[in-house]
Amino acid sequence: MLSFDLTDEQQLLKDSVERFIERSYPFDKRRKASKSEEGYSREHWKQFADLGWLAVGLPEDQGGFGGAREVAVLMEAFGRGLVTEPWLASVLLAGGTIARAGSAAQQEELLGALVAGESVLAFAHGEPRSRYDIARVETTAKRSGDGWALDGHKAVALNGDSADRLVVSARTSGKARDRDGICLFVVDPRGKGVEVRGYPTNDGGRAAEIRLAGAAGTLLGEEGQAYPVIEETIDRAAAAVCAEALGLMAVLNAMTLDYSKTREQFGQKIGAFQALQHRMADMFVALEESRSLADVYMADVDSPDKAERQRAVSALKVQCDKAGRLVGQEAVQLHGGIAMTDDYQASHYFKRLSIIARQFGDMDWHLDRYAALTQ
Amino acid sequence: MKITYTAEEESFRQSVRAFIEAELDPGTRRKVLNGLNMSKQDYVGWHGKLASRGWSCPHWPDEHGGAGWTPMQHFIFDDETSTAGAPGMMPFGPDMVAPVIWTFGNEEQKKQHLPGILSGEVWWCQGYSEPNSGSDLASLRTKAERDADHYIVNGGKTWTTLAQWADWMFCLTRTDSSGKKQEGITFLLIDMKTPGISVHPIITMEGGHEVNQVIFDNVRVPVANRIGEEGKGWTYAKFLLGYERSGMAGIPQAKRALARLRAIAADQEDADGTLADNPRFRRKMSDVEIQIVTLEATMLKLLAQQVQGKTPGPEASFIKIRGTEIDQHLTELTMEAVGPYVAPFAPEALDTGWNEEPIGPDYAAPVAPGYFNTRKVTIYGGSNEIQKNIIAKHVLGL
Repeated sequence: MLSFDLTDEQQLLKDSVERFIERSYPFDKRRKASKSEEGYSREHWKQFADLGWLAVGLPEDQGGFGGAREVAVLMEAFGRGLVTEPWLASVLLAGGTIARAGSAAQQEELLGALVAGESVLAFAHGEPRSRYDIARVETTAKRSGDGWALDGHKAVALNGDSADRLVVSARTSGKARDRDGICLFVVDPRGKGVEVRGYPTNDGGRAAEIRLAGAAGTLLGEEGQAYPVIEETIDRAAAAVCAEALGLMAVLNAMTLDYSKTREQFGQKIGAFQALQHRMADMFVALEESRSLADVYMADVDSPDKAERQRAVSALKVQCDKAGRLVGQEAVQLHGGIAMTDDYQASHYFKRLSIIARQFGDMDWHLDRYAALTQ
Repeated sequence: MKITYTAEEESFRQSVRAFIEAELDPGTRRKVLNGLNMSKQDYVGWHGKLASRGWSCPHWPDEHGGAGWTPMQHFIFDDETSTAGAPGMMPFGPDMVAPVIWTFGNEEQKKQHLPGILSGEVWWCQGYSEPNSGSDLASLRTKAERDADHYIVNGGKTWTTLAQWADWMFCLTRTDSSGKKQEGITFLLIDMKTPGISVHPIITMEGGHEVNQVIFDNVRVPVANRIGEEGKGWTYAKFLLGYERSGMAGIPQAKRALARLRAIAADQEDADGTLADNPRFRRKMSDVEIQIVTLEATMLKLLAQQVQGKTPGPEASFIKIRGTEIDQHLTELTMEAVGPYVAPFAPEALDTGWNEEPIGPDYAAPVAPGYFNTRKVTIYGGSNEIQKNIIAKHVLGL
C-alpha cells in the first residue's frame, strides 16, 4: 500500500530536527561556523550525536536506524537551515560505505566512534578526470608488507580536511572505467604519504584535494568488489541532496513570496503584478511536484532491486535539479538586486542549489541512466 | 551569414590586429581571456592606448572625437578586440553620460567633460538606483535643494558600479516632489571628491566588490553642473537608458565566453572522448552560438541606423533582454562543462600574482563566481521585466 504519511518515529525525527534548525541554527551562527577553519561547529556536531542523528541510515546492530526516508527527513531540514556540518560526508558517504563493505570488527570500531560523535569521517572517491563516472578510478593500491600502499589523487572530497579517517577508493586490478578491481580502504589522513589540501566551497562548505603517495590503507571488505557499494552509496547521496533541495526551495519560495508582499514599486506591492504572480505560481508547482515525487519514490531508494533503486534516484535528481534551477534563479530575479548580495540569505540558498546540480551526477547523467534503465 | 570584406575592410582589420599586437598589455590580456579580476589600470591603460590612436570612442560624432567608421568597421573592430582579449570599454563615460552631454549639455560642459571621457582619464559612475527605487526608478528621492548658485544634495544611491574608482557621477536628483514623479527630476554631474560623499562597498554573492552604496550628506553641487533644465532630468535619463541598453548586447563578451566554453568542453573527458565530442553537449553549444549570431545580426542592423544618427529607441529593450539571457546561458553551460570542480571557492586564484597550483583545472576557479555574478544582468539596467513592459507599451501599443 502506498503511504505518504510518516511513521511515528519518522515524525519524531522530523519534529526534533526542525525544532533544532528553527531554534538553535540561526543564519549568523551558521555563517560564522561556515567561515571557520573546519567549516562547521564541533558544538553542533556534538548535539547531532546527542540527538541521535549520526546514526540515521546506519545498520541497527551498530546502533543505527532508518533508511532513505529518515535520511530525507533529516536532509530536508538541513536544507532549510543551510547546514554545513559534515553529515553527508561523514555519516551517509563514509559511514555508508563502511556499513556496506566493512567487516563486523571494522564496523564496530569505525561506526561506533562515528555515531558517538567522537570521530569524523570523509569519503574520497572522485578524481580530477572522473566527472560523474563512478568506475573511473585511477588511484592504485599495491600490497605492502601485511597492508596496502595507495597512490593517486582524490578530488573535491567533501569535508576531507577535517576527517579523522578517510574512506578511499583505489584499484588493485583492471584499468580506469573497469567496474572490477576497485577496492575501498581506510586511510589515516595524518599518516605518511597523505597530503590533504582543504579549501572552502562555493556553497559555504569545505572540501579537499587528497594526494596519496605510498599511503598506508586498510582494506575494507573484499578486494576488487567495491563498485556496487560505491554505486549504492552515491545513489543514496544523490537522493539525500534531492531532499536537501526540497528544504532549500521551500525557504526560497517563502522568502520570495514574503518579499513580494512587502516590497513596493510603482505604488503597489510587487506581488500584485500578474507577471510575477505567475512566476511564483511556477515556483510553487516546481517544489510541490518535487515533493510529491520524493514522498512516493524515496522509499524505492532502499529497494534491493538495483534497477528500481536507480530509476527512482535518477528521476528524483532530474526533477529536483530542474526545479532547483527554476526556483533558485527565479528567487534571485524576483527579489532583484538585494538577492545578489552576500548579506542577504537568499543568495546562499541559491548557491547551494547550484552546487547540488553538479554533485552525484548532473541532470544529463541521470537522464542517460534513466533512459538506459527504461528500454 | 557569409560576410565578404572589401580590400579596404581587410586592410582595416589588419591595422586593428597590428595595433592590438603592439599595444595591448599582456597581463591585461591574460586576465580578460581567463576571466580573472581586472584592476582600474587594466581598463584605463587600454583606453588610453586606444585614445592615442583615435579609437577610444569610435561611435561618437566626428566633432567630439569619433572615428567616423562604417558599421562594418565597428563590427571588425569589436570582433578583433574581443578575440584578442582586450578589455571591454566601461560604458558609464563613453556610452552613457557622453551622449547626454553632447545632446543636452552646454558648450562649457562639453569642453569640461568630453575630453576626459575620450582620453579615459576621468572615470564616471551612474547615480540612478536607490534602495526604494529600483525598477520604479522615477520614484527616486535623493533630494537636491537650491541654495543660491549651488544645489545641496542629500540622500543615497545604491548598486553604483565601481563607484570606488570614480572621479565623477552622473546623478538623478529630486528638485520638486509636488507633481508627477517623472517631473521634478534634475540631472546633475557630481565631482566625487566633493565633501559629504561617502562610498560603502556592497559585497555580492560571489564575494566580489563591484557595487556600492553612495551616501550624500549635504553635498554642495554647483548649479553649473546641471544638465539642461531643472526638472527635466527624466527626459535625459531615458535618453541615456536607450544607449545603455543597446550597449548590453555584449556580443564580443559572448563570443569570448563561447570560445572558453568550447575549450573547457574539449578538456573534459566524457565516456567516448571529450565533452566536446558528446552530441548532446555539442548541440547545446551550437544552440547558444545560433543565439549569438542572431543577436549579432540584429545589432548590425541597429548599428547601421545609429551611424545614420538615429537614437536607439524601445528596440534597445529587446537587445538588452536577449544579450543578458545569452550571457546567463553561457555561464550556466560553463558550470555544466566544468562539473564537480565548480565547487571549490578560490577567490585568491582570480587575483594577479597568485601562482600556487590551481585546485582542479586552471580554468575552474572563475566559473561559479561568474555564474553567480551574472545573475545580476537580467536585474540591472532596467530589469528584463521592465524591458518587456517597455516593448508591450511602446512597441506593441498595449
